[in-house]
Amino acid sequence: MNLRAIKSIYVFEMSRWFRTIMQSILSPVISTSLYFIVFGAAIGSRMTDIEGVEYGSFLVPGLIMLMLLTQSTANASFGIYFPKFVGTIYELLSAPVSYFEIVCGYVGGAATKSILLGLIILATAYLFVPVHILHPLWMVTFLVLTAVTFSLLGFIIGIWADGFEKLQLVPLLIITPLTFLGGSFYSIDMLPPFWQTVTLFNPVVYLISGFRWAFYGLADVSITTSLVMTFVFLAACLTVVARIFQTGYRLKS
Amino acid sequence: MQSVISVTHLSKTYAARPPRQAAFEALKNVNLEIRRGEIFALLGPNGAGKTTLISIVCGIVTASSGQVLVDGHDNVKEYRAARAKIGLVPQELHTDAFETVLKTVSFSRGLWGLAPNPAHVEKVLRTLSLWDKKDNQVRALSGGMKRRLMIAKALAHEPQILFLDEPTAGVDVELRKDMWNLVRQLRASGVTIILTTHYIQEAEEMADRVGVISKGSLILVEEKAVLMRKLGKKQLALHLTTKLDAVPAALAAHRLELAAEGSELVYSYDTQAERTGITALLQDVASVGIRFNDVVTKESSLEEIFVSLVRRDPAERRP
Ligand SMILES: Nc1ncnc2c1ncn2[C@@H]1O[C@H](COP(=O)(O)OP(=O)(O)OP(=O)(O)O)[C@@H](O)[C@H]1O
Ligand SMILES: [Mg+2]
Repeated sequence: MNLRAIKSIYVFEMSRWFRTIMQSILSPVISTSLYFIVFGAAIGSRMTDIEGVEYGSFLVPGLIMLMLLTQSTANASFGIYFPKFVGTIYELLSAPVSYFEIVCGYVGGAATKSILLGLIILATAYLFVPVHILHPLWMVTFLVLTAVTFSLLGFIIGIWADGFEKLQLVPLLIITPLTFLGGSFYSIDMLPPFWQTVTLFNPVVYLISGFRWAFYGLADVSITTSLVMTFVFLAACLTVVARIFQTGYRLKS
Repeated sequence: MQSVISVTHLSKTYAARPPRQAAFEALKNVNLEIRRGEIFALLGPNGAGKTTLISIVCGIVTASSGQVLVDGHDNVKEYRAARAKIGLVPQELHTDAFETVLKTVSFSRGLWGLAPNPAHVEKVLRTLSLWDKKDNQVRALSGGMKRRLMIAKALAHEPQILFLDEPTAGVDVELRKDMWNLVRQLRASGVTIILTTHYIQEAEEMADRVGVISKGSLILVEEKAVLMRKLGKKQLALHLTTKLDAVPAALAAHRLELAAEGSELVYSYDTQAERTGITALLQDVASVGIRFNDVVTKESSLEEIFVSLVRRDPAERRP
């Protein structure tokens, strides 16, 4: 293992982030705050509690997930797309590093960023609504697993994309709808039965459900199912990444 | 002695990208041995396949067939061992605009798995006159400085083999000299250097051996000195005391040319020929009564050799 290479990539990625730390943190924090004000305080006050949890509090895990998913994909896809775009990828391809090491560096960097952001948003939530965390360890587990999985997805998107439009298209067309329809703002059993079934095909449901369970002990699906589905998704992303590197897809001519 | 790089039956066809781009055969069965510690110059016109060849050895482009051994290591199966020895300075300037010079250079060292060594990095940056720019963002460098930064990045990880793909493009005369001095120093310290250049004088001045590639085929590999002797035409010019209007009929057999508005008679001969015909020529010139005050001989440069070689290639049809 070329650990130094992983560290170099990781540090490089993090320093890119710190260079623009204000934008990187400010915009997600502001937008979640707005969600809390609008959905938590304004609309939430008219909503009944969900299984004994105040609606504003109910929102917290969903909103963190929403940010986690979008930021992980955005960070990771940009992280690998950029060297491709400016051409500095030549150095990665000619260095004595394995694909696995490259992925560790980039995905590790992107996941770290979104985990930090998730924690910052959690802290922000405390300002607006009562929050308690029943299973902190599980909360962290889901946070990390989700960040890693979606950073991998982002990495795939970044390699696949051959233009900035595509880089934004996937998050816009796929990630955002999946998160919005994945129960960020509601409990699945608030939906009509047909849509409940449809929703079960959405991987994000399992992430949000598991994450919310870690907070309040409420879950749409069992925690085991959540965990299994998360790992299935993680494995799927890993397989695709491995294939990409084996074939040199979009990396080598 | 074992070659430091051994390329065998290497071919590369770039895949077609329908609808616009057809498949393109950029390298055709290239065989090449690079000797340890030499400076090898790869010459060839635009689009000949120089960058493609370098990119395959370095692992950036995948070969369609053939094999590359770097110090005995297959560059695909044992890519780690192979790449660890190689430093690459690509033709294009690819840089991270927003990072500082020092950080990008240190990054390269880390990527090759070497422990941080600020003293080495400083030495490299000083040699390339970049030390006082070390805290600048890369985008704040001039083009020539960026080119040197690319060299610094490659040297940061102490390669044993250095590929320089047109390293002096966009570098001013003064710095170009510095750069060649650096290349000589590197060679003296045992580094093997493979370079491509469009400035043929540079190959002529620097290289131990020269390879000429044209349309994807390596058409010649030769010691520079041998090449120049073998293909070199020499010219003998007689500076005349009085101008001539035409070459006298008595000298027609020597196929002379009149140059410099009639004040020079030029004779071309092949250095490899058994008889150069110089003695006979000088006798005839004297007997016709032509007087001359100077004799100059001139060897054809690598550039001339190169141009004649590429022209000779039947596939080559220039507009
Ligand atoms: N990625 C690619 N896809 C398709 N064709 C390519 C690709 N890269 C290079 N080629 C083609 O392969 C041929 C050789 O290109 P290459 O860059 O190796 O030439 P070169 O000898 O380095 O030329 P130059 O002196 O201009 O740098 C060219 O005809 C080029 O158009
Ligand atoms: Mg080239």
